[in-house]
Amino acid sequence: MKRFIGFIKKEFYHIFRDRRSLFILFGMPIAQILLFGFAITNEINNVDIAILDHSKDNTTEEIINKIAASKYFSIKQMITREADIASVFQKGQVKAVLNFEKDFGRNLVKDHKATIQIITDATDPNTANTITNYVNAILQQYQKELNKDITIAYQIMPQTRMVYNPELKSVYMFVPGVMTIILMLVSAMMTSISITREKELGTMEILLVSPLKPFQVIIGKVIPYIFLSIINAVVIVMLSIFIFNMPVQGSLFLLGLESVLFIITSLALGILISTISATQQTAMMISLMGLMLPVILLSGFIFPISSMPMLLQIISNIIPAKWFIIILKAIMLKGVGMQFIWKETLILLGMTVFFIALSVKKYKIRLE
Amino acid sequence: MNKVIQVEGLTKMFGDFTAVDAITFDVKKGEIFGFLGANGAGKTTAIKMLIGISNPTSGNATVAGFDVLTNPNDIKKNIGYMSQRFALYDDLTVKENITFFGGIYGLSRKRIKEKSEALIKELGLEKVASQLVGSLPLGWKQKLSFSVALIHDPKIVFLDEPTGGVDPITRRQFWEMIYKAANQGTTVFVTTHYMDEAEYCDRVSIMVNGKIEAMDTPKKLKEQFQADSMNDVFLKLARG
Repeated sequence: MKRFIGFIKKEFYHIFRDRRSLFILFGMPIAQILLFGFAITNEINNVDIAILDHSKDNTTEEIINKIAASKYFSIKQMITREADIASVFQKGQVKAVLNFEKDFGRNLVKDHKATIQIITDATDPNTANTITNYVNAILQQYQKELNKDITIAYQIMPQTRMVYNPELKSVYMFVPGVMTIILMLVSAMMTSISITREKELGTMEILLVSPLKPFQVIIGKVIPYIFLSIINAVVIVMLSIFIFNMPVQGSLFLLGLESVLFIITSLALGILISTISATQQTAMMISLMGLMLPVILLSGFIFPISSMPMLLQIISNIIPAKWFIIILKAIMLKGVGMQFIWKETLILLGMTVFFIALSVKKYKIRLE
Repeated sequence: MNKVIQVEGLTKMFGDFTAVDAITFDVKKGEIFGFLGANGAGKTTAIKMLIGISNPTSGNATVAGFDVLTNPNDIKKNIGYMSQRFALYDDLTVKENITFFGGIYGLSRKRIKEKSEALIKELGLEKVASQLVGSLPLGWKQKLSFSVALIHDPKIVFLDEPTGGVDPITRRQFWEMIYKAANQGTTVFVTTHYMDEAEYCDRVSIMVNGKIEAMDTPKKLKEQFQADSMNDVFLKLARG
């Protein structure tokens, strides 16, 4: 046991004396979560718009006030001529222009029908779409208020309700994904690099000639990373709770347990990678190409699995990250307990056992 | 005579290639045994089998009284090993390296402290004891590496080309350290391709293409091959 503690201490010296690994370990999780949380977002906030009001009556004024009062839009300018529409877009001053037809209010009362044109800058199609939807929502709301005294027969009023993430906050979607990526990266890449480094430097040989057993060497190298990964997981969860106000609906204890399971899965993968690569560079390439890309593309982190081609859907099943993201979302957003995620947990557990068995088989106790 | 290494017909094959071809020899306690040969003659492969990190294809060997096939773990407790490549941790200080290697050989904290103080004093490293090993000159590193290989007072120490790339003065000092260890009863098993170093050994074996072609004291070998130096002996052997 004492030999072991000395070994782990040495491992921490390696980690803390290498700026690059320190940065990957602690800088990256924080940077990624902030980036995904703040910069890469599907929400719109304070989008600049312009208004062209040919009517200038009470109705248009009420609508404009409603739009101005929402936090989604800020009215940057009022324009007066159709010709100005093109120029405000070209200057990039606004993302959308609302064009009220002439006699908007009167048409609405007289013909029960009035037209408003929503012109959006579709160089960014996602934002354009979102803007249109938001404006529509505000208009619908206004319409409902107008009609509240009148009952119209046979009217279908769809009521949508977004469950689990009612405000459609994209950070809710990114946190589980980023957490998965970070844990995978730290656990798999860092361990495979640190094991192959000993091979490359020749110190692995010295360790194997010592009375330490090969599995003790491996476990000694892995334990510091388990510890650091757990710290990372805690930091990510804290950041999402305190900075992004993302609630954790389910049990924190269960969340911790599942995270430790996934960390062990990733470590087992890291050990497996180190058994098949001779140099640190190979280990890094295999980790990046073989783990990071599938995690980002096929785990359901960014692209929904259900809309992938059949073949990719099948492939996604062998990616541990997919199952962990499902578990994370279930615990963090739906607040469910073990009875709903035991299947995914079992799959992860099975994968972990498989990876460990495979690396034990591959691990060459005797170097040649 | 107490034989600490006994090897009989030890063979290692990689596919069709025979790296070590049925070598037989023994080494006595306290002896400095030179294991000579050109690069690629099979020296390192033979050493790896003796220290228990490579399985022989056939043959027997006992090291410190333990069989390499059945008891590699007991062997590991009784031997020290210094590889061709410098293999201390560059990002650990002199003291930390000593403490670490003392630790994995199971030395008590008190013993490690005593050992490390004695060792640092002996090597004259007092001023750099808290510096990273990576910042030391190669000669110092090699001497430190040797001392670390001896930290648990092993019965036998295996040195695989310990003086590669080191200047003549350091080589000289290195051999003084080897003599000192041998005088204290440690058996030294050393490979080298510097033939002048072969003269310092009690007994040498010369390996050519996986086989041991000659084995005796340097003096007798020179008589046998009618050569002036070990270098000539080696050249005559290598030319066949």
